[in-house]
Amino acid sequence: MSKRILCRCEDVTLQEFRKAYRDGFTELESLKRFTGVSTGFCQGKGCLVEAALELADLRGVAPADIPPTTIRQPIEPISFADLASLDVPPMIDTMTRPASAADTVEEEDE
Amino acid sequence: MIPLPTGPVPRRAEAVIVGGGINGLATAVELARRGLKDIVVVEKAYLGSGSTGRCGGGIRQVWTTEENILLAKESVARYRDLAGELGLHTFFRQGGYLMVTEDPSQLGLLRDATALQNRCGVDSEFLQPEDCAKLVPHLNIDNLAGALFCPDDGTAYPFSVVWGYARLAAKLGVKIYIRTELRDVTLVGDRIAGVKTSRGDIATPRLINCAGPWARTLAAKVGVDLPNRQERHEIMVSESLKPFLDPMVISISNGIYFSQSMRGEILGGIGDPNEPHRSDPAHFDTRSQLRFAVRFAKALIDYYPPARTLRLMRQWAGLYDVTPDHRPILGGVPGLDGYHHICGFSGHGFMLAPVTARRMARHILTGEHDAIIDSLSLSRFERGDLQVDAFVVG
Repeated sequence: MSKRILCRCEDVTLQEFRKAYRDGFTELESLKRFTGVSTGFCQGKGCLVEAALELADLRGVAPADIPPTTIRQPIEPISFADLASLDVPPMIDTMTRPASAADTVEEEDE
Repeated sequence: MIPLPTGPVPRRAEAVIVGGGINGLATAVELARRGLKDIVVVEKAYLGSGSTGRCGGGIRQVWTTEENILLAKESVARYRDLAGELGLHTFFRQGGYLMVTEDPSQLGLLRDATALQNRCGVDSEFLQPEDCAKLVPHLNIDNLAGALFCPDDGTAYPFSVVWGYARLAAKLGVKIYIRTELRDVTLVGDRIAGVKTSRGDIATPRLINCAGPWARTLAAKVGVDLPNRQERHEIMVSESLKPFLDPMVISISNGIYFSQSMRGEILGGIGDPNEPHRSDPAHFDTRSQLRFAVRFAKALIDYYPPARTLRLMRQWAGLYDVTPDHRPILGGVPGLDGYHHICGFSGHGFMLAPVTARRMARHILTGEHDAIIDSLSLSRFERGDLQVDAFVVG
């Protein structure tokens, strides 16, 4: 079978992803860390959905049953000079911080 | 790795270990190696999903208390051989630790620490700022007062170590259940009799608490009140570069640390004095904040000006399970048979787990006393026997 690229940034093939699944990496979070899928320069914008669909297939479940990995900031890589040019924001009080869509994912994570 | 079991948990086990991080999995391996059968590990999310997988992966011997130095020395020797033992690349790299300070009043502390480390057989040395620039070209030494360098220290990739231990544990017959929650503990008189999990009940005479930030909640189920508090710490990686940075640079004056991973990323973090402590899991928060990215960027550029043009790729956070003296809690509780703690590592669990697991496995199976375990028992807080290490950074 010819090689099919799943993650272009980290050069991960579909075959490598499937082999990792067979080797016991059955969680999207673990597949991400083992194969490197979605950890490259595009931060998974090009591959995370494909990876989740592939995992749904491998597990024989509906795509909706595969929650995405926790989405990490920033959305685009940003230079340390740009970040350092900002004033230091105050600590957000996490007890009163409003819930966001990302929190649901983090909850499932735990 | 190796495919993990799904479905219900076994009805009985010789030991149930709670937590699929490095402590739980290394302890499972060490117990199985000593001949214990029917070991079950339960992990509520995925392997390494707690503190282990969020950590920076540093392994250092530069401490100020003899016990930490000796444990870490034993651990560096273990990490050197670990990849072969586990059958998986751990990305262990001994680039050294360069511990710097900008505060001249800390130079005495660095010199005393170097002397103590040398007496313990660790080859660290005190360095002048000019020597630091030779180790890390382009390091800004204008504000540095001095440094301590330990060439044998290093870093490893936490997930590889976790998967390696899981793989070896599974080969030795340990049953590891992910997505499995520990709901309750059954006591009969003053001894552990079993646990209830989301995949069924297990009768067991031994319960080992390796639950990291959740250890306090688990201890409460058997009536033990741990003094641990949970503290969020943030960390980040940059885009990847060719290898250029050998040591981990760590500052005891402002709490920044940064190193280069074997993937080429700069990986680093910085402690925040404004971070509140939590103890109720309902209040745990591992979300990232812009505040961290800005504080880290300013400090990184201060120490390493060429980083200006480098880009931050991804930031995340994890929880430290912090004890009042920043040292782990090991061993059992008098009057409670079969229950053991391996928790409270206060941000240094990854670097110590391979050796503390081995000592604890021997102690659990033989009941033999171990001077280090004795000194790290929970009762030290009642005795008031607290030694705080001055090199807690991050």
